[in-house]
Amino acid sequence: MKVSRNGSRQTIAALVEDRPGVLTRVASLFRRRGYNIESLAVGTTDEQGVSRMTIVVEGTSEVGDQVAKQLDKLIDVINAAVLDSTESIDRELALIKVVARPDQRREILDVAEIFRASVVDLSVSSLIIQITAANETIEALTDNLRPYGILEMVRTGAIALVRGEDTTQVVEFEDDELRRFHMGSGRIPTGQLPHLSD
Amino acid sequence: MDTLFGYPGGVVLPLYDRFPHYPDINHILVRHEQAAGHAADGYARASGKLGVALATSGPGATNLVTAITNAHMDSVPTLFITGNVTRSLLGKDGFQEADITGITMPTVKHNYLVMRPDDLAYAFKEAAYIATTGRPGAVHIDIPKDVFIEEAEFSWPETINVRGYNPPSTAEQGSIQQAAEIIDHSERPLIFAGHGIILSDAADDLRKFAEKSGTPVVNTLLGLGSIAPDHVLSYGMMGMHGSYWANHAASNADVIIGLGMRMDDRALGRFEDMNPTAKIIHVDIDPAEHQKNLETHVPIVGNVSDVLKQLTNAVQKATHPDWLSWIDDLRIGHRASMSVPEGPELTAQYAIARIADYIGTESVLCTGVGQHQMWSAQFGAISRPRQFITSGGLGTMGFEVPAAMGAQAACPDRSVWTICGDGGFQMTFQEIGTMVDAKLPVRMAIMNNCYLGMVRQWQELFYDQNLVDVDISQPDFLKIAEAYGIKGIRVDNQEDVDAAIEEAEATEGPVLIDFRVVQQDNVWPMVPAGAALSETIESAEESAMS
Repeated sequence: MKVSRNGSRQTIAALVEDRPGVLTRVASLFRRRGYNIESLAVGTTDEQGVSRMTIVVEGTSEVGDQVAKQLDKLIDVINAAVLDSTESIDRELALIKVVARPDQRREILDVAEIFRASVVDLSVSSLIIQITAANETIEALTDNLRPYGILEMVRTGAIALVRGEDTTQVVEFEDDELRRFHMGSGRIPTGQLPHLSD
Repeated sequence: MDTLFGYPGGVVLPLYDRFPHYPDINHILVRHEQAAGHAADGYARASGKLGVALATSGPGATNLVTAITNAHMDSVPTLFITGNVTRSLLGKDGFQEADITGITMPTVKHNYLVMRPDDLAYAFKEAAYIATTGRPGAVHIDIPKDVFIEEAEFSWPETINVRGYNPPSTAEQGSIQQAAEIIDHSERPLIFAGHGIILSDAADDLRKFAEKSGTPVVNTLLGLGSIAPDHVLSYGMMGMHGSYWANHAASNADVIIGLGMRMDDRALGRFEDMNPTAKIIHVDIDPAEHQKNLETHVPIVGNVSDVLKQLTNAVQKATHPDWLSWIDDLRIGHRASMSVPEGPELTAQYAIARIADYIGTESVLCTGVGQHQMWSAQFGAISRPRQFITSGGLGTMGFEVPAAMGAQAACPDRSVWTICGDGGFQMTFQEIGTMVDAKLPVRMAIMNNCYLGMVRQWQELFYDQNLVDVDISQPDFLKIAEAYGIKGIRVDNQEDVDAAIEEAEATEGPVLIDFRVVQQDNVWPMVPAGAALSETIESAEESAMS
């Protein structure tokens, strides 16, 4: 089942200024307001100085709306919106290391193939399976792999985009001076700092 | 900005070193950084201008934290400046280093750690813009010592563009129409007027809207002064210590219009039972306040002053005589629980009512937090915006003395009185020294009942009379006045009250009055924490029965 708008999980996309402390501000907000982060993924965007966070939180759609509005209140958050699950694509990457004795390999490969996952590492007694899919698909794959023994696994957390032409985008652009201030403020400048005794 | 409250220390010395070159800046040297923060807060509340406080790194900065949180929680436009250790020592646990931007992050609207001198002008321009626009709040700038020292080309940015910050003004017309329709069809409409009315100078807009739509108004604590108490549609304060009639009007209205208020638990009681059948229209500049505590039918995002003009245009002229007379009857029937107690004893209620009557509405009335605060709200006759200065959200004891000092600095021509608790006064009275130095003639009236009164009230009512650590001892307050070289007056009897107030007004302040009020008195009416507004209790006897 996909993440539904009224389900127990909400996906929020936030465009944020790439500034020192922005992740702390977001994390601090979640702690202070008592929201549970299921996953958080951050990466750069096509515009310099702007990062995109995809945050999955537990809760109803009302919780999702509150989270988005509280996020939007942060000055460093350019905009934040709850993504409607039926109108957006969300994907997550997982690497799963499974116990695979030679006599079990074929079976496990069949499972992986059903889920369109691929094998990226092989040893005498284990496999690493890579899958890029929606959260629920990954859950289903791990359920099917668990009987063989999952040694360890790592997941990226979801990233999501709205379907079609609609975008979650920055409409205003900053001039170079302002961008320099916003991106630099709070970071120790490069080069020689004045000596302590100065 | 012309006035700032501060306290020097190692890393901000480069800045202090330059003050003599800028005689236009009025730096007021306080005795404790927390007081600098509260003074900036009081200054901003009294004047509507940005309040500014300055402290050094480490303990200086951490001492500001209570004041920062207090100002931000009540949406007061304030700027807090701290120094920090030299850049190369940041993160190395240097002497007097504190990660103050990390500490203040959750209690400010925004903060900055400025790492390059070139960025200072931007940071200050942007900080002042963010603090004073939209929903106002506290902004904090932290500056390492060597950033103060290093030279840079000064260029003041003409405009500021913060793409993640676009404060709204007027509301979207669709929501105005929707609200107007509900208001036009209402039989028992009621306005909850909050601090936003005062912050956005919307008292006139509120009055016009209320008059056109015939809607009675009740106030939150911080909304007092948004409408004069003698206005025919004004019904006073709602909430935990609001009047019986205001709380029952809130519980019986069919349409509630929340204006510039955040649906707080102290104002609304138990959310689920705060009139579940009413249609709720909630106007706030901060969309995150909508649906936070209470389900709202029509959330309206906008500056309450602009929105009120839009709403006034959109609604039809109406009157609700039956509804008003229903509330009026309650007011007549329950006036006693919102009156100064009769009898010969000196009560805090009596002293506060006399002070309010004597000083009039052009004065400023500050308070601390506790019983005396609630009595000031009830009997202070608060009639104009910015007349009443009190710590609402954070509830900070000790706010009274430094906040009054800040209000006096902002309003040199007004008489500034502060109603103090005997507990709160002992937290910050060191600022009398500042008042004396800076010639800030604040009138301090201590409601001295030899108890932490509100705590005792809760222990009596909710902890089975088990009084623990509330009978706080007092120094001789007149000797404290004497030590600071100011006039001190003691009042033990009701009949001496007027003379003392008169003398305090006639004295070139600061001046202190120690009102030795009755010890065992509680604030009524009361909605116990977690109860609904409809469960307002009016007396100790009623409380004992429930």
